[in-house]
This record gives sequence, structure tokens and C-alpha cells, in this order.
Amino acid sequence: MQAIFQQIATHRVLATTLFLMVFPWLMPYEALAINILIFGLFAMGFNLLFGYMGLLSFGHAAFLGMGSYITGISIVSYGMPWGAAILFGVIAAAFGGLVIGFLAIRTRGIYFSMVTLALGQIVYYGFYKAEKLTGGENGLRGVKVDPFNILGFKVDFLNPLVKYYIILFFVVIAIWLVSRILKSPLGSVMEAIRENEKRVLACGYNVAQTKLLVFILSAAICGLAGSLRALHLSIVPIDSLHYLQSGQAVMMSILGGMGTFFGPFVGATVMLYLEDVVTSFTKHWMAVVGLIFMFFVLFFPKGIWGSILERLGSQKGASK
Amino acid sequence: MNKFGTTPILEARHVSMQFGKFKALSDVSTSFATGSLTAIIGPNGAGKSTFFNVLSGAFPPSEGQILFNGVDITHQKPYEFARIGISKSFQITNVFKQLSVHENVRVAAQMQVSRFNFLKDAHSLSDTIISADELLERVGLHHLRHKKSGDLAHGQQRALEIAMALACKPSLLLLDEPTAGMSPEETLVMMDLIRILATERTVILVEHKMKLIMGLCNRIIVLHHGEFLAEGSPDEIQNNAEVRRVYLGQG
Repeated sequence: MQAIFQQIATHRVLATTLFLMVFPWLMPYEALAINILIFGLFAMGFNLLFGYMGLLSFGHAAFLGMGSYITGISIVSYGMPWGAAILFGVIAAAFGGLVIGFLAIRTRGIYFSMVTLALGQIVYYGFYKAEKLTGGENGLRGVKVDPFNILGFKVDFLNPLVKYYIILFFVVIAIWLVSRILKSPLGSVMEAIRENEKRVLACGYNVAQTKLLVFILSAAICGLAGSLRALHLSIVPIDSLHYLQSGQAVMMSILGGMGTFFGPFVGATVMLYLEDVVTSFTKHWMAVVGLIFMFFVLFFPKGIWGSILERLGSQKGASK
Repeated sequence: MNKFGTTPILEARHVSMQFGKFKALSDVSTSFATGSLTAIIGPNGAGKSTFFNVLSGAFPPSEGQILFNGVDITHQKPYEFARIGISKSFQITNVFKQLSVHENVRVAAQMQVSRFNFLKDAHSLSDTIISADELLERVGLHHLRHKKSGDLAHGQQRALEIAMALACKPSLLLLDEPTAGMSPEETLVMMDLIRILATERTVILVEHKMKLIMGLCNRIIVLHHGEFLAEGSPDEIQNNAEVRRVYLGQG
């Protein structure tokens, strides 16, 4: 068993990809699988900053929303091809990360969380008021992707399974990037910053610059999740930017296991699956999910995946 | 330049530090010869730690200058100090507790090779792995390299921190109370280590246990109430009437 997990840990991108290939068949319906895929990516981008570098942002909905809106606007108002629209969504989120990160990294601890929350809300109102472009309260409608051909195959976004695999393609690229970052020298510095910022500075690293870089990378990944969500839903609801979405990322990361590679995906799966199941017999699903969340925080503070790793004692090296 | 015509490795010129209304340092001037082992001592509140922080770049002084090999470094950024060869260990141990002992030193050594690269594997930088191993060997922690550093004994964590401070290959090593909180046995081991380290580079340490440093240093600087009080060899300091008054007066 341990050997298997060791293998999974060393080939974590491949393992995740293979799992996500069969994932739609494990879920009651494809749309839920797509939703989990997107929010898993969102939580993963968030976890890069929170779990690995120790910065708790409460404003990451801004990047999810910016990705969604810029992708949506590119398609609806400017008639761009969807590939370019995704690219613009990611660039916009990364730029948003640069601005928000630049302001927020000057603060620490609870102040950092508050500043990101406040700046996230400013982004929310900005998009809310820009009604002509964003549709304001009603959200942005009509984010359509026309059927197209790849190597002679007709690809239609209306087929949920096809849509799942198109989105998976982008998610896998992002997962690879995250894995790459974590294994790299930059990844080591990130974890060191989480452990002791003062020492990292004394070692000769420019801590502020590292934080900003990781903030931007995290924002870009969350932006990609947002872009894909716009294509998936074919609308951009204004609640994409709501701070509750930021809270989702926090909860998913903690539930799954902050600072672990698969944790955010596990957290997203459990939360969204529960939401789906519990909603079918009570509208108070939030209360049920809340109780489960509290149970884990109290008794399994390392989260679901974090606790599994600990149980297996394989938490060293690449499996972290 | 001093009277021997050589540039000291580190020099403080008329350094003052003001915290609000409190003057922690006033007009301190002194220099440290290359290769020397100097202790900065003084009773509690003498301004030792403030002076240490100014010398090691934690913050710039309110007034005055710091020169490193004759170059003004007063307003260098804190992280630049390690890059030019000034390294330090803190009074309160600062290690990366969740990371392994080896990873602690490896990250510190990595600074010279790679800081923002994310296209390489951190563990493909074999130079950093080798130098981390060598440093752990030196401070006597190599057998614990896979342990989580947070699980080490206090004295071992302090030794680990010194290994981390050495990882940037400093020509000047600053130690803030390196034996703070250590048992007598641990203290002896640490003193031996400092003695060896001082044969290869300049070392400045802050200490308030006067006995400890008498047999260790070739020069002592005494601060009192934020002012420069005396300097000299251990013998001179021990026989200095002013110093005796200050120390005895404090009980």
C-alpha cells in the first residue's frame, strides 16, 4: 500500500490526470464533475499561496471572477475565439494578482487577510457597476463556444463529456505547472517563508518579491479556473466575485488538507458532492456541510488528504 | 583605514538609533579587523541587541554609517547582507521547523544558486545538497539530517541555525547570544565550534555572560546605556575600572 502511494507521489501529475480521466463516471452527472474540476483547480491555485507559503487570502474570488468576466467579455463583446478568451482571462487575473498582491504583501497575518478581502470587494463592485460590459446584477450572458473541429473530429461544447475533457486539458496543464513550482527552488523558498520569514530574509532571499511572484502565479491559476467556469456555465454570474467564493477556496483547502498537493481537489470533491447530495433532500445543505467541516477542523486538522498521508507515514519528500 | 593601514572588515561610524523618544544607541564608533573574534558585551539594556541588528542589517541606524570592507552598506536591504557575505544567527532560534534538518541548510545554500527558478528541480542542484551535507557535518548534525528540525533539542537547533548562517559562505559571521538557553555541556560544544569557525572568518558575537567570552575572544567591546564604554583585550577589560563599576553596580 505504501509503495503504491510512493509511486503516486513521485508521478503525481500522471496519477491525477489518470484519475481525472475516469472521474466523470464516478460522479452522478457530468456537470458536477466539471464543477469539481474547476473548483479543485481554484482551490489548488489558492493553496499554493495559503498552504505552501502561509498567506491566507480572503480575496481570491477576485481572480476567479476576473478570469470569468474577461473571458466572457472577450467572447460576448469582442467576438474573440475561445482559446484567446481564456488567455486574456488568465492574463487579466495575473495582472489583478500583481496589483492586489503588491498592496497586500506589505501586511502580515490577519491584516493581510483583511486587505485582500477589502480589495476583493472593490473588484466585485467595479464589475457590478460596469453594467454595460458585465451585465451587472444579472451576470454576463451568452458566453457561447461554437462547435469546432480538431483533427477532423467535431467538438461540441453542448456535449457535457466533451466539455469535461476540453476543460480537463487546461486543468492538467495547470496541475503540471503547480507540481513544477512546488518541486523547484522557488517551491523550497515558499515553504521556508511559511516556516520562518525572518530566517529566509537573513539567508539572503528577497521575501517580498518571492511573495509577490507566488501571489501572481496563484492568481493566474485561479483566473484559469474562472475562465473555464465561464465556458462551462456559458454565463458569468456576479457571485463569481463574491467573497463567499473566496471562503469556498479556504474551506476546500482546509477540508482536503492545506499544503498538500491533492488536498484541494479532495476538498472540492467532498464539498461539492455533499452540496449536490444534501440539496436533494434539504435546502439547508450549508448547515450539514458546515458541521462536517467543523468535525474535520476539530478532529482532523490536517484535512482529509493530509490525514491519509500522515496515516501512511509517507509525508516526506515528493508526497507533500 | 586604521593605524595599521588596513581596511577593517566592518566599521561603525557615529551610529545612533532612536526608537521614538528612546535613544537605544548614541554615537557609537568602532571597527572590526579582518579575521578577529570580537565580543560585544554590556549589562541588560546596554544596546547590544540594537547594535547587533544595525550591524547585521535588520534595520538601518537613525544616524551614522556602517562600512563593510570600506564600502558604505548603511542602507542596503536586509536580504542583501547575506549576499555580500554578512551572515547572522538570531538570539531566539529561527529555523524552518516543519522541514527536515537537511532541507533547512539546503534552502539556505540554495540562495547562491537559485532564487526564483521554477523550471528546475530543487533536488537537481547537487552543489547545494553537497554543501548542506558538509555544513551539517561541521556542526555535528549530519546523523540527524532526515529529522524534522522542530524535533531537535534546543542546542541542536542553535547549531543548525549556525550551519544555515554559514551556507551563504560569509566572510563575516554575527552571532547574537549563541549560547542562550543552552545547558553547560551544550555551551562547551558551541564555544568549541565558534573557536573553529573564527579561524576562517571574522566573527562578532553579542554575549552577556562575561565569563564565557574571556577565554574565547581576542577583543571585547563594552556598551553601556547605548554608549560606547570601553574596548580592549579580555585582560584589559577585566581590569578596567569603569567596566567593573558598571557590572558590579548591576549586581
